[in-house]
Amino acid sequence: MAATAVEVEDLRKSYGAVQALRGVSFTVAEGEVFALLGPNGAGKTSTVEILEGFRRRDGGRASVLGFDPASGSRRLKEQMGIVLQTSGVDPYLTVAETVDMFRGYYPKPRPRDEVIRLVGLQDKRDSRVTKLSGGQRRRLDVAIALAGDPQLLFLDEPTTGFDPGARRNAWEVIKGLAGLGKTIFLTSHSMDEVQYLADRVVIIAAGKVVAEGTPDTLAGRQHASTVVRFRMPASVTLPEAIRGSARLEGNAVELETKDPTRTLYELTSWAVQAGIALEGLQVTRPSLEDIYLEITKEPEGAPA
Amino acid sequence: MRDLKLALRQVWYINNAFVRNPASLFFTLVFPLMFLVIFTVIFGNGHVLIAPGKTVRVATFYVPSIAAFSVITACYTNIAISLSFSRDSGALKRIHGSPLPVWSYMLARILHAVSIAILLVVICAVFGAVLYGATLPTTTLPAFALTVVVGAAVFSALGVAVTAVIPNADASPAVVNATILPLLFISNVFIPLQNPSGWIDVLGKIFPVRHFADALIGSFFQLSGAGLHTNDLLVLGAWGVAGLVLGVRFFQWEPRT
Repeated sequence: MAATAVEVEDLRKSYGAVQALRGVSFTVAEGEVFALLGPNGAGKTSTVEILEGFRRRDGGRASVLGFDPASGSRRLKEQMGIVLQTSGVDPYLTVAETVDMFRGYYPKPRPRDEVIRLVGLQDKRDSRVTKLSGGQRRRLDVAIALAGDPQLLFLDEPTTGFDPGARRNAWEVIKGLAGLGKTIFLTSHSMDEVQYLADRVVIIAAGKVVAEGTPDTLAGRQHASTVVRFRMPASVTLPEAIRGSARLEGNAVELETKDPTRTLYELTSWAVQAGIALEGLQVTRPSLEDIYLEITKEPEGAPA
Repeated sequence: MRDLKLALRQVWYINNAFVRNPASLFFTLVFPLMFLVIFTVIFGNGHVLIAPGKTVRVATFYVPSIAAFSVITACYTNIAISLSFSRDSGALKRIHGSPLPVWSYMLARILHAVSIAILLVVICAVFGAVLYGATLPTTTLPAFALTVVVGAAVFSALGVAVTAVIPNADASPAVVNATILPLLFISNVFIPLQNPSGWIDVLGKIFPVRHFADALIGSFFQLSGAGLHTNDLLVLGAWGVAGLVLGVRFFQWEPRT
């Protein structure tokens, strides 16, 4: 088993009477892309900011690269890169100056132009921060986080507000960093992002861990039923083998199956022989988003 | 040693940002000179007999007053407002998350403000001497220079400390002016006070502005002696220490609202 980059046990945090974290535990292995998910107010940011050293925990244990994050240890900070949800950099400095300024704080920084190229800002190298678009500023945030060549990278909703192309680029950058053996601690509201990047996912809701697993196996996703949808004339009758699992609504049909290969075979061989076109044929497995929504659903009648 | 180098390096970045911000440049550098011009226009620049056979221009009194104002603007006002903006934008939080030591960063802010203050005082003195014939200090120059540096450091520390009561960047000019403008008026800076009445005198003696102004005016121009106003400097120093302690204790790196 790989060494542990982050370890959290029974983490607790309250703001006045509000319990933001009620005993959160998880571990992140070195070199892993780890995603912490949860609805707004679930305690994601509290957890991340405790690990980054911005907040103090009220109880429980936390260890980041072997350090207590509450210690504010400089040696810990030298190995960490942080992309905060809201960014702030001096608007009157240029991209190159900003990256250089932060590089100076670290003992073994990455070369400046390499960092700038990595986030695709080479054309904006000498532009002032005021002249950057929102997406470009976010990329500068990532560049600053990379300046010190960190072992562990915290990315708090790193691609919020990106256009699809920029998002795809950012994903490739993150994948590349993971390929270099960096540990990546991600929070996100984009399930596509998590599906694409994360090795492991922890979902928290109301300050507690409610699910944990890989994106493909979270909450038994691999065992969940596949749904086959199509339309056919109302006058035809489905073959006996699949009739039982079918739900009909006018001419729309929905089949739920645990054995999609067989079901599809039965369905399509019947349709081809009978000369029936199955309009809008679709096979879907529950997406990570479906699973996520199911897990984090507020119980009926619960106060919001 | 490495951390001191980091602080000096930080001064360079702070200065880059400072000189590229037209508003901060204008208000810090041009504002004080504007006051010098206004004062000489309104109150005149005649000759004053200060000793038998020795006269100086009235501007000789304006220059150290405006120098005091310059130092306060460059340090107290400038640091309080720019730190508030950096705090609101999240820039301070990001610095705090980096390995840069807190004291290196604060030292850099203060060193930059003190440098700007010294530059302003020099500009002010040269401007006053060349345009208005003000008499510049000679034997009291060391005392004057020391007073400028001490005052700049003290008002920088107070500028850091006051950010603890500034709720957000939009409110920062209001808070800064509300705390400093009244003091400037009752402290020999804008208006020379002849025998100030009871409570104004007491307030002036409690707060640091009049001590600074008196020490600066006294060391700029004095008939005999070194011009060092030790008592005023001690009171200033006490305020500086208070500012430092409160600043360290209550400073906030993240937006307050």
